[in-house]
Amino acid sequence: MISKFNNRIVIICGHYGAGKTNVAVNLAKLAASEGKKVTIADLDVVNPYFRTADNAEELRELGIRCIIPQFANTNVDIPSIPPEFLSVFDGTDFSVIDVGGDDGAIALSMYKEKFEKQGYDMLYVYNACRPLTTTVEEAEQSLRDIEVMSRLSFSGIVNNTNLGEETTADTVEKGIAVCEELSEKTGIPFIGNTALKSVTGLAADNVVYMDNATKQLF
Amino acid sequence: MGEKMLMKGNEVIGEAAIRAGCRYFFGYPITPQTELSEYLAKKMPKVGGLCLQAESEVSAINMVLGCTASGERAFTSSSSPGISLKSEGVSYIIGSDLPCVIVNVQRGGPGLGGIQPAQSDYLQATKALGHGDQHFIVLAPAYVQEIATLMGEAFDLADIYRTPVMLLADGALGQMMEPVDFESKKERALPEKTWAACGHGNKREHNIVNSLYISPEVLEQTVLDRYERYKMIEENEVQYDEYMTEDAEICIVAYGITARIAKTAVKAAREKGIKAGLFRPVTLWPYPKKELAALAEKVDKFLVVEMNMGQMVDDVKVATDCRRPVEFFGRTGGVIPTPNEILAKIEEMNGGAK
Repeated sequence: MISKFNNRIVIICGHYGAGKTNVAVNLAKLAASEGKKVTIADLDVVNPYFRTADNAEELRELGIRCIIPQFANTNVDIPSIPPEFLSVFDGTDFSVIDVGGDDGAIALSMYKEKFEKQGYDMLYVYNACRPLTTTVEEAEQSLRDIEVMSRLSFSGIVNNTNLGEETTADTVEKGIAVCEELSEKTGIPFIGNTALKSVTGLAADNVVYMDNATKQLF
Repeated sequence: MGEKMLMKGNEVIGEAAIRAGCRYFFGYPITPQTELSEYLAKKMPKVGGLCLQAESEVSAINMVLGCTASGERAFTSSSSPGISLKSEGVSYIIGSDLPCVIVNVQRGGPGLGGIQPAQSDYLQATKALGHGDQHFIVLAPAYVQEIATLMGEAFDLADIYRTPVMLLADGALGQMMEPVDFESKKERALPEKTWAACGHGNKREHNIVNSLYISPEVLEQTVLDRYERYKMIEENEVQYDEYMTEDAEICIVAYGITARIAKTAVKAAREKGIKAGLFRPVTLWPYPKKELAALAEKVDKFLVVEMNMGQMVDDVKVATDCRRPVEFFGRTGGVIPTPNEILAKIEEMNGGAK
């Protein structure tokens, strides 16, 4: 999937709960395993917990630079972006940016000029098992809303349709159908699928199999 | 829906309420339950309902009072500090014999506390949220799927017994995502709301919804009647769950998300040859007293595990008449216990790690 990106900055966006953090964390790990110098930035201004910051220790051990809001996973209930985030634009690292769902994309908008100067890929991560975005119409609405909010444009659609640990090949395929239609309607290329490593029997060949990056409580 | 969806606990609260026929939500945002208001703000208009962000928690609970007095299903939600603000309104709702549902997605306290998950409102929820002689039903889901089931039941229970019902969750349950379906709600016969102030149309005496009684004797009788209903609730509505208790020597008592962490610890203990089990109260009021008393005949020791300083310990002691030692392990302030920490405590109670 990485070979499909035209730019070193990849923004992971999508509707709320689509699985953006899981995709972002796994993409960063994949790029690092290919020998790239990687930075991951947690730009989520929506979620109080269950976020990229949960994976920081593991990612740092893999040599991945993590830009995490100072107050992530503390009791400071104030969404913030670390000043260090600006270094994404100055460096040369392959940079994965994990953005909060829906309205959370507003965090991107103030960097519009910088993103456009550097060049960026922005992925719409889609999960057909999420409420309020099950149909093509709803998905398109959410995609366009995020573009307005972020002042940026999507360059690819990723099908991340899943039911957590209960995901089967059928679950993923349900999302493929929607993503194909969404791609046709919007003209944005459908670049591939992501699924947990536990999912077997998928007919599609453009699948990136991922570790589950969600913090496990039990 | 029919098909399973992947949903956050907070979203499921909203969806299950809509499916239970509730069309009125009054709330004020607070982490970690805000996704509920966001979900309902999008969804309620689509089903002809109303999601209203009040100017404060105090006004939200009083809007619930007014709405439910008209016979409509209504609910409100908050997290710990916001629930404290609602306490006066809840007492008035109880005093007016009105049904409603109140959701508490708990966070660390006291005071402003923190935004991480906690269970430190147990005593507030089960003993006395507001003033006056009172109880209300408290349901403690442990799974996102169980939120769907219990939210549906909560509205039925509220209508049947004319009482507030609290869904007592925590930040972890509110924020976590799990597959869920909405097919499993059991149907119950619901009484007609003959008391509702919804327009008499000159065909009957007007109804008055009120919690003020001029004569102390009348107020006393009203409270006594209410306690007759509480007795029925205690007889008929207890819910609980058991895991490997048949031959258990050490029995954990835990509810909500903590019960799931404890379950992992019980499995690990069993692998080490320790006969551990888990008793999970689903209703925190009415409390499963008889069932725990029966367990006390079989097990050697109880271990209460909570995300607080041991607020449920006395309930276990009272239910079991102190016939077995009751120990406690917990984390508080928004810290979630790990299965390993609980396992270490089980091993200690079993005479140390072997």
